[in-house]
Amino acid sequence: MSGLPAVQVHNLRKEFIRRDGGSRMRGRRRRVPALHGLTFEMRRGECVAILGQNGSGKSTLVRLLSTLLLHDGGSAHVFGVDVFAKPRAVQRMVNRVSVEASFFKRMSPMENLSYSARFYGLGPRETRARIPEILAMVGFPPERSGEPMEDLSRGMQQKIALARALLTAPMLLLLDEPTTGLDPRSKLEVQDFIRRLREEHDSTILLCTHDMAEAEALADRIGILDRGELLCLDTADAIMRRYGADTLEQAFLNATGHSFEDEDGEREAVPA
Amino acid sequence: MMRAEQTGALRRELIGFAGIVERNIYLIRRFAWWELAWFLYTVANTLTIAFIAKGVEAAGGHIDVNSTTIVLLIGAVLWSYLGLIFEIVTETVAWERWEGTIEYTFMAPISRVSHLFGMGAFAVLYGVLRTALLFIVAAAMLGVTFHDPAFGSAGVVLLVSSVSFIGIGMMTAVLPLISPEKGTQLGFIAQGLLLVVSGVYYPVTVLPDWMQWLSVISPATYTLEGCRKAILHGASVSEVWPDIWPLLVIGVVAVPLGLAVFRRGERFAKQHGRLKRSG
Repeated sequence: MSGLPAVQVHNLRKEFIRRDGGSRMRGRRRRVPALHGLTFEMRRGECVAILGQNGSGKSTLVRLLSTLLLHDGGSAHVFGVDVFAKPRAVQRMVNRVSVEASFFKRMSPMENLSYSARFYGLGPRETRARIPEILAMVGFPPERSGEPMEDLSRGMQQKIALARALLTAPMLLLLDEPTTGLDPRSKLEVQDFIRRLREEHDSTILLCTHDMAEAEALADRIGILDRGELLCLDTADAIMRRYGADTLEQAFLNATGHSFEDEDGEREAVPA
Repeated sequence: MMRAEQTGALRRELIGFAGIVERNIYLIRRFAWWELAWFLYTVANTLTIAFIAKGVEAAGGHIDVNSTTIVLLIGAVLWSYLGLIFEIVTETVAWERWEGTIEYTFMAPISRVSHLFGMGAFAVLYGVLRTALLFIVAAAMLGVTFHDPAFGSAGVVLLVSSVSFIGIGMMTAVLPLISPEKGTQLGFIAQGLLLVVSGVYYPVTVLPDWMQWLSVISPATYTLEGCRKAILHGASVSEVWPDIWPLLVIGVVAVPLGLAVFRRGERFAKQHGRLKRSG
């Protein structure tokens, strides 16, 4: 498995149905491409950041790789395993941290981590020791591990989200805007943790973000995703050279023709 | 090698199944006061229905108040049991959508069989305990007397019927995946339809012919019949067998059908991007 690319995506396509105005019965439906013909590879241990506006297809890519969406064409492999043909095998290798912490809010971090670890086959004996270790790794105060999640700050909740993902020792970690909405201190803590994770555990990370500085600081290579198309995937320096820019932001602007602020809006899926 | 892999896979599934039950126990503990309030409401609701027998007598009707009260009590208690099973299984999706955990659950390497049976097992475990308590409290408050009741037989009928209810619950659990806004309510409609044709407070013979035909395929019909025979007439397990075997047959059909419907709904949700949070 060591010689295989961690992620191999070839000509991957996903479309959603969008309804334009009118009632459910009368509204005109059209197919909106969320990803068209995405092709890229990631090496084992590499961190790739995907930059893109809301609606550019970043979350769709993450959700396809985490088996939450079915594709409309092309292929995706994680460590050589077909994501759509063998989802269970892929699920064992992948975990994810999304922009929302997503927990049962009344339950404590310990409870949330315990039950979710069971879904990955980790029994009570394994988690009893492992959970406190991981909480210490992410810098979560142990005395708060019994409090309801709803009493914790966003930053704390996001640390628990990272702990949940790490508990299952994923070979591929999908980070979908993990620092969006965090205060500057929490953001730095999470970024520092991602950095340590790479150094100490050789994790392969796909990081989808809005934050150019974050992408530049954490990733080996950066991709610019615009309206479902991957415009480039290279080192930050190479991208700036390619688009004749002094900063990544300027390179993004030159590549896409619009800035991050010109949001296209989320492409919401509605039934066919 | 192959055998070790299979054992490992089975172990993972069993741990995942236990994880679902564990999560629901945590939730019940965290919402303990709400559960107590809901239990009081259910007691009040059950009494409202069971007192109808005494009301009929007070209005001049000539009925056996004790046995009619027990008939109504069994109907109300089973309604509550069925409601709880449906609620827990249907909430599989609805609650997780709201909390945002749905994506994490559905991307976890646990089979849908373990996932849904874990929900079902917890629903039966909690439902049986709650139903027994409801029955004891309501019966005490109504002051009914039982002549040689066979609660063991009634329990067997209830457990066997639970398999079919879980199967039907799986079918309704998929509704929030298809319609995030109204899916859960559709589950309640299914529960209501099931009970109306099953003789919840009346014999099915009073129903129009076409509804009587539907009562034949409803597991609730046999559950109500079997429980009433056991509690009112002290029927043994062998005497309620005519109610148990149809429940087994319905269960054998309902569970695979429920799983198939859920899988189809999940596939639809994955195709159309519905497998995501709504809260």
